[in-house]
Parts: sequence; structure tokens; C-alpha cells
Amino acid sequence: MFTSTGSVFTLSTTLNELPLGQTAVICAIGGDGELRTRIQSMGLRVGRAVAVIRRSRFGGPLQVRIGTTDLLIRPQQALLVELEPLS
Amino acid sequence: MKRVALLGMPNTGKSTFFNRLTGAAAKVGNWPGVTVDLLSAKVLLGAEMVEIVDLPGIYNLHGFAEDERVARRFLEENAVDLLLVIVNATQLDRQLALVLQLQSLGLPILVLLNMGDEATRLGIQIDESHLSADLQIPVLTISAKHGHGFGPAKTKLTEMLRSAEPARKASMTEVFADDDALESRLDQLFERNVNVPLTSSERFSDRLDRILLHPWFGLPMFFLAMLGMFEAVYTLGAPLQDAVAWLLEVVKADAVTPAVIGWSPVLQSFLLDGLFDGVGTVLSFLPIIVLFFLFMAIVEDSGYLSRAAFLMDAFMSRLGLDGRAFVMQLMGFGCNVPALMGTRVMRSRGLRLLTMLIIPFSLCSARLQVFVFFTTAIFEPWAAPLVLFSLYVASFLAAFMTAVIYRHRLTHAEPLLLELPPYRFPTGAQMWLRGWREVTHFLREASGFILLGVVLVWFLTHYPFGIEPASAETLAGRMSALFAPIFEPIGIDNLMTIALIFGFVAKEIVLGAMAVIYGVGEGQLAGIVAGRTDWVQAYSFMLFVLIYTPCLSTVAVLKQESKSWKFTAFAVGWPLFLAWSVSFIFYQGARWLGL
Repeated sequence: MFTSTGSVFTLSTTLNELPLGQTAVICAIGGDGELRTRIQSMGLRVGRAVAVIRRSRFGGPLQVRIGTTDLLIRPQQALLVELEPLS
Repeated sequence: MKRVALLGMPNTGKSTFFNRLTGAAAKVGNWPGVTVDLLSAKVLLGAEMVEIVDLPGIYNLHGFAEDERVARRFLEENAVDLLLVIVNATQLDRQLALVLQLQSLGLPILVLLNMGDEATRLGIQIDESHLSADLQIPVLTISAKHGHGFGPAKTKLTEMLRSAEPARKASMTEVFADDDALESRLDQLFERNVNVPLTSSERFSDRLDRILLHPWFGLPMFFLAMLGMFEAVYTLGAPLQDAVAWLLEVVKADAVTPAVIGWSPVLQSFLLDGLFDGVGTVLSFLPIIVLFFLFMAIVEDSGYLSRAAFLMDAFMSRLGLDGRAFVMQLMGFGCNVPALMGTRVMRSRGLRLLTMLIIPFSLCSARLQVFVFFTTAIFEPWAAPLVLFSLYVASFLAAFMTAVIYRHRLTHAEPLLLELPPYRFPTGAQMWLRGWREVTHFLREASGFILLGVVLVWFLTHYPFGIEPASAETLAGRMSALFAPIFEPIGIDNLMTIALIFGFVAKEIVLGAMAVIYGVGEGQLAGIVAGRTDWVQAYSFMLFVLIYTPCLSTVAVLKQESKSWKFTAFAVGWPLFLAWSVSFIFYQGARWLGL
């Protein structure tokens, strides 16, 4: 459905924008210290591969998968998770 | 006595393991330095008694979440001999981080890889002995739910305790030491010892989620599931409650009443209408609490609460709540008491308090009795269902309005970061244990308060002794005369005000109280009420009954769960104010319109 040469992925994106079913590697996590710690201790850490499984309707949370763990994260927080451009 | 602290991330089956190790003997208790209750139990390991303390699940020893602070404080303030760490074997890439953090405390550690059966099913291979050698910590694989590997784990624990150095408190001085260094160690450990298949076949949970979290059918199915659970709890619960009520009646009539014959009338009344009815109030909640938590155990352990959050969060987040709050609010429509106790799944205090603030607005089955009576007594048959429906709408509106008003004060944009565990089903033993524990907790924490309240209302409605109970000359009657300037503007007369004082104890007794106040049998009550009140007054009264304090037991549980008198006072005061305001606007508005 998406090709890796598509221009969308040449810039770094956030977890929010990752299309369903695609896997990308986390390159940075924003937010203040406390929120960042929260996100990291749930397993969203730099260097880990992450995929979006589904999005809920009306701007609700995303279901994301890191390794064998599935998490719910709201779009506001997913915005803080930056992803490496897919090559 | 030696002491073991049980630690682990949430959703690792830590509680299941704790239950298997300690049975039903566990007790809730206070600990130095810690503001929340922790479960603990004494078990015989080898030749000595050992105390096992179940600490709250934490993701990060150095984190800022309330549970993480509690676990840290506990280890700083209480000497322990050993840390027993439960790890989910299917998520070692994440969970070993906690083991490494705990290792830096320098206390003896035993690591149990739980859910070994799930890991096998997913094709995850763990080199247990190699991992143990790398960590320099004993590591054993178990399945707490099915009991596999439980024996060897217990033996190892006993053996380690026997040779352990004296217990000591943990020092957290270096807690904020570089977690980054830990990360590379974690990756190394994981790569060397764990093999996760690259392409796993679609899991059962994924297939089920495709249906239950479907973009169109997910929400309707969620409401159906909630309705089903609701029906199950209360259709099973109602006959049980009736049975308890019948049994109490029999005991009262055949045992207690004859026993107190010849005693002074005041003492008789105190024992029968005060003390005995107070005990009855407490007991009548027990069946519904057990049933509720049997089903809650399923909802919680199955992972469906996280799914509810997924489905409802878009709406609930605007109220400062999340989807789990909505589940508890819905359960509150049966009975507020267990729904309040169920909020314990929310680990953030602000979120939990806000949820506890809105649950009492849920139109519970006790209030429904009063409304059904009033709507059929006062309104035309065609209008009665509509009136009832409007009260349900008012119930949601009051809850959502309260959430919107107080969300900023209680929850500061709390991030929703929830694990979505695979679907699991609890064992029967787990469900029973849950129900049993909640009931004993309720009896210990709330019963005294409820009893005291019932006795107080008995006193108000019976003093001075020797006159007609609940008449205008009693304390309650004089109070209602005193409150007249408050209740007259909302169309509630003195006699009805006395009923509201009774209603503070429980809505179940409002109708009975009105029968006493009007001096008629409950059968003739409808005619009397219809003759004395018009529909505007009746609706104003119902709005007030809907919104103000649901019952004494709710207040007792608000205190039990929040552990704060201040919050409890607020959770009683705000609805009183809201109830009056809503009734005032309705009553005066209707009168102004000439109705």
C-alpha cells in the first residue's frame, strides 16, 4: 500500500502519523521529564520498533505494539514519540 | 519474622501468585511511610513464618506515578529480607528493566518468570539458567495461574531466606543513577537469553479484538456486554438481597423481638429499629458486593477494561476521565457501593477521585424504587415512562457536568498509557477470593460508620421518647421546620423533608418512612401523596432524591476508598448543593411558567 520511497517518510514522523501496519524505529521521545519517564517505562524507548495496530474513532487512543506488548496511547502523547524515517 | 516484598509490573499475574502463595489469609494493612493499604500475609516457609507483602505493580522503580512512589517509600521505610520479583515471561524485553533497577538496591532477589505457558504458546524461548548466570540472580519459570513450577519456586524461596543476611531497608540515594547504562545491559541480556519468533501467527486476542474493537460494531458490543453483566449481577443479586431481607425479618420477629419483651420501650425501639436495622443495612449489601466482584474479576482479568478505555476514551477524555470510569459509572446504576470499590483499578489518584465523585449520581436500583412509586402515583400512565427516562438523562447530565467542573482540579491532563493485555480468563478460585476479600474489607471499614449513621437517624426520628416517631415534635420534625426556608423554595414540605432525612440512610426506606410519617400503610400511601403534592412538587422532590447523597453506605465507602474526610465531605456537600440548585431552578421555573 505504501512504498518506502514515498516522500512521506523522508522526514522524521511521529507515532501519530505512522500508517496502520507499518513498523518504524523510535528515535526520540519528547515531553517533560515526568511524562517522558512514563512513556519510556511502558516500553516506548529509543531504538525500539513500534507499529500502530488500530486507531479508535473520534480522535481516541491508538493501539500500538512494541515487541510483544500492546499499549493504548492518546494522540497527544503519541505526538511526543518521534520515529526514524523509513528507508 | 522475615519479610519478603513481592514486586512486579502490572499485568504480570503478581496478585495471582500472591493468592496462590498465601491463600485467603491475606490482610489489608497500614505500613510506615506508606499512605495506601497493602495486602500482606504470613505463610509458613520451611520451619519459619515469613511475612509476604504485595507491593503495588510498578513499571519503573524510579518513576513518578503514585504506585511507584509507594513502592519506593515502602522499601526505604521497611526492612526486608528478600525481593520476590514476578516478571511476565512474554515481555522480557521490557520487564527485565525493573529487575535491573531492583538489583541496584543490593537486596537478595528471586526472579520468577510467570506465564511460562503463554510464552511457550507464543514460541518464546528463554534460556533460564543462562539468564540466571548473566544476572547473578536465581531465575525460575512458573505459571501462577495453573500452578506449574510453583513447588520449586517455593522451595527456592525458603532456601534463600534461610541463608539470607539480616533484613535491611533499601537506600535510594543512587536511585536516579543513569538509567541509560541499564538500557544497554537490558538489550544485551535480552538478545543473549531470549528468542522471540520473528513472524508469529495471529494471536487469539488479535482475532477477538478485530471483532470487539471493530470501528462500527465495537461500541454497540461494548454496551451489550455491559448490559449483560449488569443484568447478570442484579438479576442474581435481587433474590439474594430479598433472601437476606427475609432472613433478617424472621430473626427480628421470632428471635430478637421476643427476647426484648418487657424491656423499656425506648430500649426496645433502639435495639429493633436502630441497631438491628443498622446491621440489616450493612448485611443487605453483602450479596451484591460478592456478585459484583465475581464479575469484576472477569472484566479486570480478561483485559476488557482496557478495551473499554479504547472504545470510550475519545468521549470520556473530554470530561477528564477515561473509558474505565464509564464502566464503573454504568455499574453504579445497579448499586453505587461496589462501583465505588471497583475504581481501585485506576492507579492515578486524581482520576480515581473524579470517578468516585460522579458515580453517586448513577440512578441506582434503590432510588429507582422511589421513582417508580412517585411516577405511577402522580403521573398519567402515558407520561410515567417518559418521566422515568428523563431522570436517567438527568443522572448522566449531573455526572458529566460534575466531571467537567472538577476535572482540572483533580486530574491534570493525566496521560492515558495503558497496557492492552491479551484476553485471559480468571479461575473460579480467583473470582471467589476477590469477592470474599472485598466483602470482608467492606465489613471492616464501612460497617461501623453505617451502624452509627442508622442509630443517629433513629435518634433524630424518635427523640423525645414517648411521642409518635417521625412526628413534628421529634428532633427530625423540628429540624425539618428549621430547614423549611431551604426546602420551601423547591416545593418540598416539612413532612417530605423528614423523608429526605431518612433517605440519607438508604433510599430503600424512604417509602416506608413516608408511610410512618403520614400514618398510613404503604398501600394507601400513593393516594395520600397524590392528594398532597402536584406533579411539579413531585418532580422537584425526585430530582432532589436523584442528586443528593445516595445512602450512608455510599458515604462510608467514599471514606473507605479515598481515606480522606475532606474528600468525603466534599463528595457529600457538592451533590447536596447541586440537588438543591437543580430542584430550585426546576420548581421556580415551572411555577413561573404557571405550571
